[in-house]
Amino acid sequence: MRTLSTLRPGESGRITAIEAQADLSQGLAEAGFSVGDEVEVLARGLFGGTPLSVRLGRAVVALRRNEAEAVRIS
Amino acid sequence: MTLLDPNDAGMNTEAEAAPVPPKATSFALLGPPNAGKTTLFNGLTGGRAKIGNYPGVTVEFRRGSFSLPGGEPAALIDLPGVTGLTPRSVDAAVTADVIHGRSTAIEAPDVLVIVIDAGQLRRHLPFAIEALSTGRPAIVALNMADLAERDGVKLDDRALEEALGVPVVPVTATRARGRQALLERLGEARPGPARTAADARKLADEVILEEPGLNTATRRLDRIVLHPVGGVALLLAILFFVFQAVFAWATPFMDGIEAGVAALGQAATVLPDGPVESLVVDGIIAGVGAVVVFLPQIVILFFFILLLEQTGYMARAAFLSDELMRRAGLHGRALIPLLSSFACAIPGMMAARTLESERDRLTTIMIAPLMTCSARLPVYAVLIAAFIPATEVGPFGLQGLVLFGLYLAGIVSAVIVAFILRKTATKGGQQTLLMELPTYKLPQAGDLFLGLWGRVKIFLRRAGTIIFAVSIVLWFLVSYPGDTLRESFAGRIGALLEPIFAPIGFTLEMVIALVPGLAAREVAVGVLGTVYAVGNAEENTGQLADVLAASWSLPAALAFIAWFVFAPQCVSTIAVARRETNSLKWTVFMVAYLFALAYLAAGATYWIAKALS
Repeated sequence: MRTLSTLRPGESGRITAIEAQADLSQGLAEAGFSVGDEVEVLARGLFGGTPLSVRLGRAVVALRRNEAEAVRIS
Repeated sequence: MTLLDPNDAGMNTEAEAAPVPPKATSFALLGPPNAGKTTLFNGLTGGRAKIGNYPGVTVEFRRGSFSLPGGEPAALIDLPGVTGLTPRSVDAAVTADVIHGRSTAIEAPDVLVIVIDAGQLRRHLPFAIEALSTGRPAIVALNMADLAERDGVKLDDRALEEALGVPVVPVTATRARGRQALLERLGEARPGPARTAADARKLADEVILEEPGLNTATRRLDRIVLHPVGGVALLLAILFFVFQAVFAWATPFMDGIEAGVAALGQAATVLPDGPVESLVVDGIIAGVGAVVVFLPQIVILFFFILLLEQTGYMARAAFLSDELMRRAGLHGRALIPLLSSFACAIPGMMAARTLESERDRLTTIMIAPLMTCSARLPVYAVLIAAFIPATEVGPFGLQGLVLFGLYLAGIVSAVIVAFILRKTATKGGQQTLLMELPTYKLPQAGDLFLGLWGRVKIFLRRAGTIIFAVSIVLWFLVSYPGDTLRESFAGRIGALLEPIFAPIGFTLEMVIALVPGLAAREVAVGVLGTVYAVGNAEENTGQLADVLAASWSLPAALAFIAWFVFAPQCVSTIAVARRETNSLKWTVFMVAYLFALAYLAAGATYWIAKALS
């Protein structure tokens, strides 16, 4: 089971599930993460690869590794 | 430390600032961050709301007025940018309260103008549908239609209008012509049918005819700007450049203002000799003039802050510093309130409302006063000019380096304080970061000017009211009774406090400057101007910096600078901290820890400098 946090800059995947507490799920949904969509990692931070900047359609969203681990991808 | 009270006084003042006839129809701009609400607000009202390009800049709603096409007056409310109406953050809670008429600070709007980004319809459509499900009369503005079209986005807005059941209007908020269509259709606003998030997905597929990928310029720029090493180097270079520019570019303007103040003082000597002439020349002109001279530096600093916000760089700066912030126990988003605190801790503390977790908010508010605010610049500038030689260290000026060091001292202590707080008093709490990085945009000259003008007005109003009044009171305190400073009222108050400050090297003049400096930091400079102009009116007509250089020892001057890095010398900041934390306990804690740090830092500086010299 891969999550968004395993991707390197330039790699992309398709969201299969979002597994998080209600608050975070809702935040991710409002930020534009939805099952079936493509997500591409654009950049990662210097220390521990966090935060991540990811592309969702035409938008770029920043999130931390903890949040990225809630996003399952294939 | 509970949630913000929407009834608080600040918002009432805001509402009173723009009088609107009671019967006017009220419209509220509602939309996610970066959809261009504030630009639309400025365009419609010619108003003075601050504008930015990073998520969450519109912390407080603003109110203005505009005319409908028929000429009837209407009120316009700018609500905070929110990604949803579920109250996960204070912003969303405030927004939901206003929409449902639960806010007593502002009336329930008659019509919601739902502002979404035409180029981000797929992401923003669920928001529009959530907003429509409130059942309020609404109209949808597809903003930044020009940019979306340029990028090759094609939408079927007729089909969208039919599906949503309310008017859908493509808008280009930056141009009068682009706003006209919206104005013309405001009257057609009506409640739309309730729909679900699943509908939004299906609807997006139907109405988005063409949707190219991410804006290529943004993708290319981010490769450099967000580079783990290069990006951080660029951020530091930008910050360093800004602080050097604040010093170097302002100099000719400051010289001009100084010359003007001196000429004014000369001109006022036509007044008959006596208390009136002394009050005007030594009290008012010297006191207010010593503060107004720093206007160029404040304008330059704000110019850069607004520019970085508008271009979209500020959110990148938050991205780059997030991991560092997280380790100190802060949120990447706290960078925005903290950077604003470099201008003034008051907007900074208020911007902390965008933080979702109570603990993050509290920690950010507690350390905001450690960021070097623009009111400290006058104090630093005059003391640096007096005591730090204008020599070069490699390619950099020593004075600029010292200023940079003072900013750094504030930041480092903030990190340490935050770290300790997060381990103790504000422990726990899950932290998340979810932040849009907006497409890079060219800054809008009009919005930049309005933002800058707002800041200039605040500064000049302070100079014109608080500092003017304090200058007069002080002139009286230092002039009466007796002939010398020590005999005067100011001297007696200072003498009472002097024993407390003597161990850290402060002279009587310094202590006298500290007392009224509590009203606002920059007042301390005005007071020194008054104290020295009055005390040595005959011999010293030169600039304040020269006077200080001649009368203060180097260790004492350095201690005075160190004091200002930490001391909570600003009544308004303390009042806002009380309001924002909603807790007397936390406010007292903040003031106490800052004074303690200031005393220790000034003492350490004095004794170390004395030992070395």
